[in-house]
Amino acid sequence: MSVEFFVAAIVTIVGLSTPILLAGLGELVVEKSGVLNLGVEGMMLIGAIAGFAASVVTGNPWVAVVAAAVAGALSASLFGFFVLTLNSNQVATGLALTIFGTGLSSLLGLNYTGRIVMQFGSVFPPALSKHPIWQVLFGYSPIVYFAIIMVGLVSWFLGRTRSGLILRAVGENDLSAHSIGYSVIGVRYAAVAFGGAMAGIGGAYFSMVITPMWAERMTAGRGWIALALVVFAGWRPGRLLWGAYFFGILMALELYAKASGFSFLPSQFWAAMPYLMTVVVLAIISSRESGGGNAPACLGKPFLPAN
Amino acid sequence: MVVVTPIAAVLLTMLIGVIVFDAIGINGQKAVVDIFLTPLLASYKWQDVAVKAAPLIIIALGLSIGNRANVWNIGAEGQYIIGALCAAGVGIAAGGAGGPVIVTLMVLAGVVGGAAWAAIPAALRTRLSVNEILSSLMLTYVATQILGYLVGGPWKDPNGRNFPATAPLIPDQTLPILVPGTTIHLGVLIAAILPFVFWAIMARSVFGFQIRVVGSAPQAARHGGFDSKQTIWLALLIGGGMAGLAGSLEFTGALKAINLGFPSGYGFTAIIVSFLGRLHPIGCLIAGIVLADTYVGGQLAKTSVHIPDSTAGIFQAMMLFFILASDIFVRYRLRIVRTQKVAPAMAPGE
Repeated sequence: MSVEFFVAAIVTIVGLSTPILLAGLGELVVEKSGVLNLGVEGMMLIGAIAGFAASVVTGNPWVAVVAAAVAGALSASLFGFFVLTLNSNQVATGLALTIFGTGLSSLLGLNYTGRIVMQFGSVFPPALSKHPIWQVLFGYSPIVYFAIIMVGLVSWFLGRTRSGLILRAVGENDLSAHSIGYSVIGVRYAAVAFGGAMAGIGGAYFSMVITPMWAERMTAGRGWIALALVVFAGWRPGRLLWGAYFFGILMALELYAKASGFSFLPSQFWAAMPYLMTVVVLAIISSRESGGGNAPACLGKPFLPAN
Repeated sequence: MVVVTPIAAVLLTMLIGVIVFDAIGINGQKAVVDIFLTPLLASYKWQDVAVKAAPLIIIALGLSIGNRANVWNIGAEGQYIIGALCAAGVGIAAGGAGGPVIVTLMVLAGVVGGAAWAAIPAALRTRLSVNEILSSLMLTYVATQILGYLVGGPWKDPNGRNFPATAPLIPDQTLPILVPGTTIHLGVLIAAILPFVFWAIMARSVFGFQIRVVGSAPQAARHGGFDSKQTIWLALLIGGGMAGLAGSLEFTGALKAINLGFPSGYGFTAIIVSFLGRLHPIGCLIAGIVLADTYVGGQLAKTSVHIPDSTAGIFQAMMLFFILASDIFVRYRLRIVRTQKVAPAMAPGE
């Protein structure tokens, strides 16, 4: 196999990984604060259409990414209002957000079907970004580099800053965090909004980079893979990065098996692998877990202060 | 209040729907009338509503048991798929044979298959304390891929122009049609009867009591000798079995073939049905009809006001948002008073 083949494969894998990396990173922060938002798929779709629409209107892809982030954060705040302010059930509300986002994006996208938007220019000069080999490092959309930088930032934030410690405390033991004076609801609102913004950008990657056009349900279930990824990574940002690329390899194998029929295993096997491996990892984490696990202790539970 | 809030949620959804649709330049009144009312008022649409409601009601009945016991099975979609596949497997194994015995076996295989798929999260939860929300959700997508593999490979219809779908069932392997000239099959009758069976079980049996106590007072349940692991198993097996039943009835009664479009989200929508029905069997019956109504109405609105049929999802989600929110207002009315008390207490600390 030639060098060109590997370059093409890596470029494909990075492209497939980036949206789940972005959405997964957002969801990781949300879950670290003790909230389970199953609305990732819906927020990605809302981000995808918001980014696309903003790009059509302004012609500026940067404005479009900001619009996608804002739209994602707003839809997440809707979820936050029900779950945090009204204490509604997180699982049901999250599913409702996905159904809502799917419907809303289809409706808003009516006027945008068949249109094409401005794409990002490359970050690096053509000598590098179009180089037959070095494009493997320099040939990506700015969002790809943004995603990788965000992994470092989130890792630093959660592990090294006081605010990150508070966020984790809220997720591990909301009552204790509340009793020493931190606003559990405030922290969770911020985390949920951040998660929505990241999912929105992840969605915009579909409508602005992968295929610069809008199609109904274009995220094709990747929001659920992002949810799996967070668990697969054991709620650690560093592992999330490698996990995203690993899932990217599996997704690329699926596409490859589907397109060329070249594979000793059917494409559905590769498509099912991220979910199967997540269940296995979940089982391993849970069985090892004797107080030292990484899953936030308050995940999915409503905050109900006793006094 | 128990009866008022779901009705209020539906009415509020319709009202906001009119306002929002008008705001974005779509005839809101016509859209809402078509989505919510036309299917119920036009008698020729009743059979569509009934056939759509059947799987939603059956799945929601099972899920309500789990939700009451605080066991969160959100993988009903996967259990529904596996149920249909198991029914198809029995049908294929029977070859050209048909008749009531074979069809009954197919439907029972669906129940067993759905329950078996739900047994995986149950075993993981009780043995390794794996969160059943995440595991049951992940297994749904594994089930989707199994379906894709089977209908695109070993079970592909040789006369299907290379289209990934099973061969249509022979008439002897399908459920009987109850009303001649319509699509109303035996599964619709089952969906109409089961809520009353569940109601009797939940209200009258020790099992029903156990589920209610484990959900609302886990400590009391433990002292009372109810085994929490047993409850988890029962909740998931019943939820999975009912989803599998719905899948096999949908296959043998309504669709008669399985293609890639078979997983249409009933397993997820049934969660809305369960909550809109206030986790009560009769509530599930009514809520199932309401949700089926919006599905059929969504198809109508697609042609009448030219909106995508997934727009019905906006209404379905809004109903769930409102019912969940109204639940809180009903249950925690005291909280609102309390937060006013807390405010001055916080002031000196700031």
